[in-house]
Amino acid sequence: MNGGELLILLALTLPLFAAAMIYAVGRMPDVRETLTLVACIGLAIVAISIFVRVGQGDPPALTVAEPLPGLAIAFRVEPLGALFAVMASVLWGVNSLFSIGYMRGRREARQTRFYICFALAMFGVMGIAFAANLFTLFLFYEALTFVTYPLVTHAGTPAARRAGRVYLVTLVGASVLLFLPGIIGVQSMAGSTTFTPGGLLNGRVDAAAGSVLLLLLVFGAAKAALMPLHGWLPSAMVAPAPVSALLHAVAVVKAGVFAVLKVSAYIFGPDLISTLPAATWILWMAAGSIVIASLVALTKDDLKTRLAWSTVSQLAYVTSAAMLPMASGLVAGGLHMVFHAVAKITLFMCAGAIYVATGANRVSEIGGLGRRMPWVFVAFLAASFAIVGLPPMAAMWSKFLLITASFGSGEWFTAAALIASSLLSLVFLMPVAFRALFSPAGDGAGGEFVRPGGTPVTSLVALCVTAAACVVLFVAVEPLADYLAPIAAVSFMETAP
Amino acid sequence: MSWIATHFNYVVVVILMMAGLFIVFSSGNLIKRMIGLALFQSSTALFYISFGKVSGGTAAITLDAQGAEGQALAAQLDPAYVAQFGVEGVVYSNPLPHVLILTAIVVGVATLAVGLAIAVRVRESYGTVESDEIDAVSRVAAEQAEPAP
Amino acid sequence: MQLEALYVAQPALTAQAPILAIAVPLIGACAAALAPSGRAGWMISVVAAMVSAWMALAVAGEVMREGVILYQLGGFAPPAGIALRVDAMGALIALLIGAVGTLAAVFSGHSLAAEVRPEKHTLFQAGFLLAQAGMVGLVYTGDAFNAFVFLEVSSIGTYALVAAGERRDRRALPAAFNYLIMGTIGATFYVIGVGFLYGATGTLNMADMAARLGTLDQNAAVQAGFAFIVAGLGVKAAMFPLHGWLPGAYAHGPSLISLFLAATATKAAIYLMARFLFEVFPDGAAFGDMFLQWVLAPLGAAAVIVCSLQAVFARELRRMIAFSSVAQVGFIFLGFSLANASGLSAALFYMTAHGLMKAAMFMALGGLAISIGARRLEDFAGVAREAPWTAVAFGIGAASLVGTPLTMGFLAKWQIMEAALAGGRIWIFAVMAAGSVLTLVYVGRIIEVMFFREPAPGAPRAKESPVGVLVPLLILAGLSLWFGIDASLPQQLAQAGAASLFEVRP
Repeated sequence: MNGGELLILLALTLPLFAAAMIYAVGRMPDVRETLTLVACIGLAIVAISIFVRVGQGDPPALTVAEPLPGLAIAFRVEPLGALFAVMASVLWGVNSLFSIGYMRGRREARQTRFYICFALAMFGVMGIAFAANLFTLFLFYEALTFVTYPLVTHAGTPAARRAGRVYLVTLVGASVLLFLPGIIGVQSMAGSTTFTPGGLLNGRVDAAAGSVLLLLLVFGAAKAALMPLHGWLPSAMVAPAPVSALLHAVAVVKAGVFAVLKVSAYIFGPDLISTLPAATWILWMAAGSIVIASLVALTKDDLKTRLAWSTVSQLAYVTSAAMLPMASGLVAGGLHMVFHAVAKITLFMCAGAIYVATGANRVSEIGGLGRRMPWVFVAFLAASFAIVGLPPMAAMWSKFLLITASFGSGEWFTAAALIASSLLSLVFLMPVAFRALFSPAGDGAGGEFVRPGGTPVTSLVALCVTAAACVVLFVAVEPLADYLAPIAAVSFMETAP
Repeated sequence: MSWIATHFNYVVVVILMMAGLFIVFSSGNLIKRMIGLALFQSSTALFYISFGKVSGGTAAITLDAQGAEGQALAAQLDPAYVAQFGVEGVVYSNPLPHVLILTAIVVGVATLAVGLAIAVRVRESYGTVESDEIDAVSRVAAEQAEPAP
Repeated sequence: MQLEALYVAQPALTAQAPILAIAVPLIGACAAALAPSGRAGWMISVVAAMVSAWMALAVAGEVMREGVILYQLGGFAPPAGIALRVDAMGALIALLIGAVGTLAAVFSGHSLAAEVRPEKHTLFQAGFLLAQAGMVGLVYTGDAFNAFVFLEVSSIGTYALVAAGERRDRRALPAAFNYLIMGTIGATFYVIGVGFLYGATGTLNMADMAARLGTLDQNAAVQAGFAFIVAGLGVKAAMFPLHGWLPGAYAHGPSLISLFLAATATKAAIYLMARFLFEVFPDGAAFGDMFLQWVLAPLGAAAVIVCSLQAVFARELRRMIAFSSVAQVGFIFLGFSLANASGLSAALFYMTAHGLMKAAMFMALGGLAISIGARRLEDFAGVAREAPWTAVAFGIGAASLVGTPLTMGFLAKWQIMEAALAGGRIWIFAVMAAGSVLTLVYVGRIIEVMFFREPAPGAPRAKESPVGVLVPLLILAGLSLWFGIDASLPQQLAQAGAASLFEVRP
């Protein structure tokens, strides 16, 4: 077994091992949470090592089993997956830090199960990130659904159960009815489901069959919350804030758009995508998703729900990027996946920090809180800038690239939707921070801390780190874009003017 | 009409078969249903045996043609026939269907025995061999076991 | 694992393996009937079933090495003599019967004590071995009439076994009676069909029959024989809508028999039907293709949808799983109806997968039945807490039933769906997907009750199954998982079996 295989194996087994250990020491919270943090750091190191190896042109690969000929459980890392893994593992660490403060501050029940499920979710994410074929991706994608189900229903209330049911039914239903048939279709057309640079199906299907498969696969990845399969995401906001932060800004939803990007880049390939009518239809759907979700976000008073609708809108950015008939769209999509994750996790952690300190979870309740919780709201403001796409935030670049790409490929409709959505998010996000920071003291009901001392320190550190990351990534965008370039390179030369 | 005359054995088979099936499905009495089943199986036996029969054929018994029994049998045959085919060419009915149906009858008897044994146990357990009453008892028992939600 | 390299018996023994796989349980049945105690009967049953499974494994290895095995009973060559003729398809099904039979025999040690009158234990074991011998014989035989005899030997055994469930649930008696009536009608139809074919071809050997039917043109006797055979075997195989006997027999019979029947009895009948459909009847015969396209496929689809829905709305757990079995037979027939090697191979694989998963599920319920007399779904609330291992084994079987990845059921569904797509039958593909979702609905209901619901206060508490049940149960569940990760063993046999059926045809 060479180093690359070992690294992949480590990335997969470490979260599993962590989950087992957390279970074993579940009665000792301090040990349990130390263990979680150690596991986060370990996984981040492994993910970064893989990331570096891929950058050096030595991508790790590993085949675990082959139940049937042509149907293997195999891993092979490419730049997009490496980036996804690094993003998820680092943010898992930050989020764990936040969780410790949040869960202790709220004295939540069933904390051991909570940490176990998180570790297991990371197992799923690592498998998705490194999958060498659609079948393997599907396996871990499903596993991720099931291990995150207990997190969504964490509160145990009837509302949480209902949300959990919607979550399972939508995600599993879409995978079984759409995604899996799509995979079988790919298998029967191409004889395998391996992710192939340039597109596995490129040159093997006609426009009709390709369109059907594209629709099946894109809508089957319901974690990407493309309308009309977005309903589970806002309803899953009954989960505790750390769950929303990691799962519904980073792991789960990003697994969805990651799957869409992978399908676009490696199953269809930019060349084939540009010839499929279904890609255009999906672009329209995504444009609709972008604008409608932003409009709905405007009407929501519950802070987390508002953020969730904003996520629906932002996820559709990435889906659009994947469907643009231009290879550079893929790079923009990959970048946006990361930058949005960093910004959105900050926003969710801020929402959680406000909730744990004051019990307020509505936009209307937070007036004037900014004076008592300046760090939280400054972070919130920074992340809001990122979502809107203002400098000096990293997300500006990805949005810029996206709009350029859509204009470049003549999809003015998408470009218009992107610009409209930026303006709308300006309207629904900015007032939150402004209201808290700049309105006169005593305005609003949520002035008192329900928890003495306000937001726990660990939580505060966590959200400041990610807010800072939004800015730091602004200057690091070029190396990242270069890193991702290979995913589009195969046909970049052909489509470039 | 001539078709019926030449195929009368099949007509009988079909009538027997339908009668048996009719009894099986129309009767509620377990014993009568078994009788119907037996009738149905008998029609199969008749079917096999009748298509194994070769007109004018004898029983398929191997004899020494030159021995006393063989000579005696040959003496009974039509002399013209013996002159044409010889004693060796005696036509005999196909014995295989007979053998097969012997097996099938044994199987049928065994099935009948098991069926009647079950009918006896039903009678001991339910106190009746009428399907309707058995169903009624079962339904009452089921309702007692599972109160309506 | 390569079966070619599998030598489990001496060559001299392997040469006699086909007949031993049948004869040992048959002799065992006589011995068990005469056994002095239930315990002794149980031991005879385990040993005989195990020897039969071992011989089936030896045969499977030999088939993979040598191709079709011909075994002439008493040294008389066909067509005069009766021959056993084993190809890869038969080897696979016989292996399934042997394996499930052995595990069921081990399991019976505990379950009989809870479900059958003590004085009947020896006879019960005799009936069980009779059923096993009959099924293996049916699978191995090369003679159409002989198949009928074996079919009835196994059926007579199972009628009595279903009826033996009356101690726990007296509805077993009418169910057994109904099963007997339907089964006998089915078998008699089959005999009539064979009679027609014999009349048309003058032979009972299936291979000879196939050769001679190939030379006949449109022939009413052949068509009538085809109809009778398919209808008769359809009853035995629980082909929709001829499945009426099955839910009662599975739901009320002893657990042992539900598991054994669900795993093997319908499979043996389906196997025989496959032999006739794809081997005996001439290729290209209009009625054959028409039957596959316009009868078998719609009936399979109807079974999938209707019986899955019936399972969704069933209240008794075992009845639910029984309806699911009929639906699964529909999946298998959908595979057949594709009428090509990949469809048949997928269907054979599905039969094996379904046998293993259903056996695990019924065995788990049997293990629970030792401690609680639960029937309704709600009575099983929270059993996962009291009997975690049993519940997990049940869960694995259920996961395989749904087609969860990494279980054998997934690969099975995958293959049929892929074959359907490759054959351009989009509607079969769609029916499969819809059926899978319906399966998910009822299995989800069961899992939710078993694992996540609190037991009702005052309800009898389930106990973990005894070791004698857990070991075979976990082996069954483990096989469903193992073949989900490395399916080479059943896959080789299924592919070789399908290929051999399709290459003999011109």
